[in-house]
Amino acid sequence: MNLLFNSKIVGFFLVFLFFFFTKTFSQNDKIISPPSNVVAKDVLWDDGKALKLSWDLSSDDKDAERMHTHIDGYQILRATKNDSVLKPIAFVDDNVGKYKDIGLIDTVEYIYAVRAKKKDFFSNLSFSNYAKPEVNWFRADRVNMFVLLIVFCMSVIFYIQSAKKGKPLFIRKIGGLEAVEEAVGRATEMGKPVLFIPGIQEIDEIQTIAGLSILGKVAKITATYDTPLIVPILYPMALAAGQEIVRESYLDAGKPENYKKDMVKYVAGEQFAYVAAVGGIMLREKPAANIFMGAFYAESLLLAETGQSTGAIQIAGTANPHQLPFFIASCDYTLMGEELYAASAYLSKEPLLLGSLKAQDLMKIILVIFIILGAISITLGWGEKFFYKLFLER
Amino acid sequence: MRRQFPAFIAFLAGFVMVFAFFVPKKGIVDFSQRLLTWVIIVGGFTLLLGIVNITRANLDAIKNKEKGWGYKVILLFFLFVMAVSAIIWGTQENTPYDYLFHNIQKPMMSTMFSILAFFIASAAYRAFRARTKEATLLLITSVVVMMGRTPLGLFIWKKLPPLTDWIMAYPNMAVQRGILIGAALGAAAMSLRILLGIERTYMGKG
Repeated sequence: MNLLFNSKIVGFFLVFLFFFFTKTFSQNDKIISPPSNVVAKDVLWDDGKALKLSWDLSSDDKDAERMHTHIDGYQILRATKNDSVLKPIAFVDDNVGKYKDIGLIDTVEYIYAVRAKKKDFFSNLSFSNYAKPEVNWFRADRVNMFVLLIVFCMSVIFYIQSAKKGKPLFIRKIGGLEAVEEAVGRATEMGKPVLFIPGIQEIDEIQTIAGLSILGKVAKITATYDTPLIVPILYPMALAAGQEIVRESYLDAGKPENYKKDMVKYVAGEQFAYVAAVGGIMLREKPAANIFMGAFYAESLLLAETGQSTGAIQIAGTANPHQLPFFIASCDYTLMGEELYAASAYLSKEPLLLGSLKAQDLMKIILVIFIILGAISITLGWGEKFFYKLFLER
Repeated sequence: MRRQFPAFIAFLAGFVMVFAFFVPKKGIVDFSQRLLTWVIIVGGFTLLLGIVNITRANLDAIKNKEKGWGYKVILLFFLFVMAVSAIIWGTQENTPYDYLFHNIQKPMMSTMFSILAFFIASAAYRAFRARTKEATLLLITSVVVMMGRTPLGLFIWKKLPPLTDWIMAYPNMAVQRGILIGAALGAAAMSLRILLGIERTYMGKG
């Protein structure tokens, strides 16, 4: 019995060993062939933060269809010359023989290793040469923007020259800007102040600059009509610029004695503290006209609705699309996107400034043509690589 | 000279930034980054200007006993309490500044933000009144989008959420992109006007 029992155990053990070795040897039999000819090269015309890697496919990958030796893909490992420790950085699909490694340092030399992978098994490593990213004199990935910039600059200069020669430039009416004088006039008649808010961003935001440019025009009108002006500011740098602009406008209007430094005042340094301060001004002073011009965020509706509740005439302008619906719902006039930037040119009627608006229109036509061509090419399936490279590939 | 010098500085600073955008050489990029650092430093100094301005304006109002002068006393008191507590004890956790921030300033800011919900309701009521064909279209679209974003919408009609997604991804996105392209070109044109010294209204000249 004991002998029989032992022979059963031995039998089971032998069967187990048979299956174990059969399995192991069958796996070892399928040794995956590694990729070859791994080359690391600097990416030309870039900022020295990328290297490109190429390799010849593993023979298992090349003959996958014929030999039924499909692999999962290739694992890429990287080491620097100093530490020499290979770390996996990426995995690419089968049938792909290239990879672009980005986010590198231009003073460091890198070495790569690539190996094919199938399930839990890897081929031997194939090593690349050492390569170092080089900083070049021009970024090729920004050539599309460079071309657009040159075309834009040239068209601005062309239209400015045309305007200088006295060629009339048609600019469509912008209701919101036409209403500025009407709003100040209303405030004058009612003997109430005009409230101007140049957005809630610092002076390095182009929308704030656009808002301050409009403030100059508004201040000139309030100076002419002797209408009180209140300009609450969120950032101190915009405060200094705002004070200078209003002072100059009062000087230009021939009323320097009416300028008070506190017309432009710093009220808070936090978004919602600013809302509380401006809301308080609206409810206490009851301005007859509220003008919002610049970059606005979550406070846009809080300000515009408070102003609406006081019965003031309201004109708003912003290039933040998410805030436009709020202004449209709560204000009498709203300048949308580009209209905000066009305001200073529109109000001054200076040919030099109007010329740039015409150039802007020309650029818009060029972009619309590209958008239509791109949509057609993607729909019909021709030339899509060209458009992809032109606008998307980085 | 008083106008030309700031315009020249604006041109130089803008040109360096544009040049560094296309030419990635180390010296140029470093200089452009240094310019950005200077902006932060100048901004820090102008903060003092803001404090002086707010103090002077409120002190004048308190002296003249203007309407609501008591609130201005509270404002100035907390302005200096916050500043002094941050200078003496720092702004880390469990400091007086941290306590004041989390127990006074933060709840007040949250309260202001929460009022937005009520203002959205009043603005929506005005915007969605079906007075014209366009307003009716806006009303219908907004109802579809709002319903499509709630479980009730799915319960009413299972195709409402996909319809909402379609409205947001196509007509809505197309309009937003149109505005964005226009705004980007407008910003580029304005930047160019400033760089070339044509636009000087931001300096008070116009």
